[in-house]
Amino acid sequence: MTSKKETTGANAVIQSLLAEGTDLVFGYPGGAIMPIYDALYDVEDRLTHILARHEQGAIHAAQGYARATGNVGVCFATSGPGATNLITGIADAQIDSTPLVCITGQVGSKLLGTDAFQETDVIGISMPVTKWNFQVTKASEIPSAIAKAFYLARSGKPGPVLIDITKDAQFEKFEFHYKPFEGMRSYIPTPTCEANYLNEAASLINKAKKPFILFGQGVLLSGAQMAFKTFIEKTGIPSAWTIMGLSSLDSDHYLNVGMLGMHGNYAPNKLTNECDLLIAIGMRFDDRVTGNLDSYAKQAKVIHIEIDPAEIDKNVKADVPLLGDAREILEALIPIVDKRSHDNWLSEFRKLEQEEIAQVIQGELHPTGDILTMGEVIHQINELSDQKNIFVTDVGQHQMITCRYAKFKATNSSITSGGLGTMGFCLPAAIGAKMGREDAQVIAVIGDGGFQMTIQELGTIFQYKTAVKIVVLNNDFLGMVRQWQELFFDKRYASTTMVNPDFQTIVRGYGIKAKMVDQRCDLKLAVQEMLEYKSSYFLEVKVGKENNVFPMVATGASVAEIRLS
Amino acid sequence: MEKKRFTISVFTEDVVGILNRVTIIFTRRKINIESIAASESEVQGIHRYTIVIREDETKIIKVVKQLEKQVAVVKAVYHGENDIVFQEIALYKISTEALVSGGQAEKIVRAHHARVLTVEKEFTVLEKTGQKEETQQLFEELEPYGILEFVRSGRVAITKPMRTLASIVEELEAINKSH
Repeated sequence: MTSKKETTGANAVIQSLLAEGTDLVFGYPGGAIMPIYDALYDVEDRLTHILARHEQGAIHAAQGYARATGNVGVCFATSGPGATNLITGIADAQIDSTPLVCITGQVGSKLLGTDAFQETDVIGISMPVTKWNFQVTKASEIPSAIAKAFYLARSGKPGPVLIDITKDAQFEKFEFHYKPFEGMRSYIPTPTCEANYLNEAASLINKAKKPFILFGQGVLLSGAQMAFKTFIEKTGIPSAWTIMGLSSLDSDHYLNVGMLGMHGNYAPNKLTNECDLLIAIGMRFDDRVTGNLDSYAKQAKVIHIEIDPAEIDKNVKADVPLLGDAREILEALIPIVDKRSHDNWLSEFRKLEQEEIAQVIQGELHPTGDILTMGEVIHQINELSDQKNIFVTDVGQHQMITCRYAKFKATNSSITSGGLGTMGFCLPAAIGAKMGREDAQVIAVIGDGGFQMTIQELGTIFQYKTAVKIVVLNNDFLGMVRQWQELFFDKRYASTTMVNPDFQTIVRGYGIKAKMVDQRCDLKLAVQEMLEYKSSYFLEVKVGKENNVFPMVATGASVAEIRLS
Repeated sequence: MEKKRFTISVFTEDVVGILNRVTIIFTRRKINIESIAASESEVQGIHRYTIVIREDETKIIKVVKQLEKQVAVVKAVYHGENDIVFQEIALYKISTEALVSGGQAEKIVRAHHARVLTVEKEFTVLEKTGQKEETQQLFEELEPYGILEFVRSGRVAITKPMRTLASIVEELEAINKSH
């Protein structure tokens, strides 16, 4: 598709976005990006702009949108503080492989480097946390820069890119001509897997007595859900997920053995050190997953399916590296692996699961004391919904509890800040997710700490009538840090106590229906009301102040040393 | 693991900012760069950085992959000291009078195969190419005569394996077309 006409750089930005299929942009205007906003004014019927209440809110919303839809998230910010406020979201998107195109305004090109008003070297600042970035100083560079930005954001291992556009380039007129980017020699998005490695992997899989699969977000990003399910059902291999891989496979699938890592399930952590073959699919052996690497799965052969060559052997040495797109590799493996089952091996997982149920899960989901638990709130949502909700979580205890206990029957349904652990991510990300997936029940589960980090985005919900459901699990503590202080710092609760305002009053001020629950007998009805409510709804649950999340692999410990209490 | 000296050759597209992206990868792991030399390679439009560092090899392997992950990096390779032929260039500015009056100047210049680049009334500039030990040796011998100014380039290195850059670029272009 090509088109030619004389236009301004600012209009070229808008036309290029439309050409890439963008219909939703999150952002915040300011001096250096005003020409672009002016051009946006003419196409508001085709390109909706969501005015966040802070640039961090805008970018997390773009992330939530991208994660829920699979599309590239787009956000705008002005120069200087506008641009620097994007950085946390960019870093989050980089480490969690979220496709984003960020467009920042910049001071006029003649002022570059002069410490002009609202000038920041955003190219320099964003370099370590972007997949690619580029400064535009001439209008004619805009179409190719945006085409390249979208190509790089969505191809290969997705990630955030940033284009910084000087104000004079936005005003400048030129002959607009758009054509999609066609690739570059220095960037091979998807490496080719060597055929002999595929055969080697199949032979290891066919011979293994105790094979074990770890799956991550690569399954979602490559759209491998179906192939993955076929693959595990044919090979009969127990499979555990990283939190980024959550919702790739139905929670109740017979081969789903749970969550990996620090607060993951007992069996998959423990048995990591007993399997004879570890098959990692679209995951990168993050330290929160592996615990101490010196005692991690040393007994096992490792097959690593991964699109990014830099991840091979980075943390765990791969005996057989399968480079490429997870879906393509799984589809190539399916015909060459044997149909098998591993009933005895699988029952080892189920046996350990019983221990975890008895010691941890039962008490969390069906507590008998007066104190409400985070787990029972999530359990109620499971019970009262069709389990096709999109859960968006923040960072901390509530995040671990939600990931552990929320049930998923639909894919691409868990959105959380995994790699960066960004508190404040949830509320804006949930807004973006809901805007991208209006059909879905989007439930934001947040702690009282993280809620207040981006609480201003209630204004965005108010303005756009975003029907997002907000569950604040309030323990009047920064719970996860408090838990660590209890376990590892002699209960010295330094700066983790939160004296919270009346959230009900605040939320009602934004026109959001609000309810607070502090007794078990009211919980079910409140959850029911929230799920059925057509507009945005705020449910605050006062949970136990000093409850802990278990199991837990302490820092520096081996996954096999996972503790249940 | 033992730290050794390695030479990394990074081939990049000729774009603004890529040097920064390359050095950030070292900074992140707190690896000090001993020397760096950058210029256009034999393939037009592709720049070559020669970077010398001391590190353990397992870390270098990871760094090289992260370098290659950069969108504008065409290729990155690392080599031990035996896999490359390398040189540095050093320039020495010394007082012409001191050099002449000492009587030993000619001897030193000849012994080191140094070149005289210019002789001015006040100063003389000598050039010596060689490995660091050699340029350093000359530095030390000239020191008694008073070195007014001294500069040494980063290492430049040619690799011993026979793969040409042009053939690598050709292969990448073919892969890119097939996508």
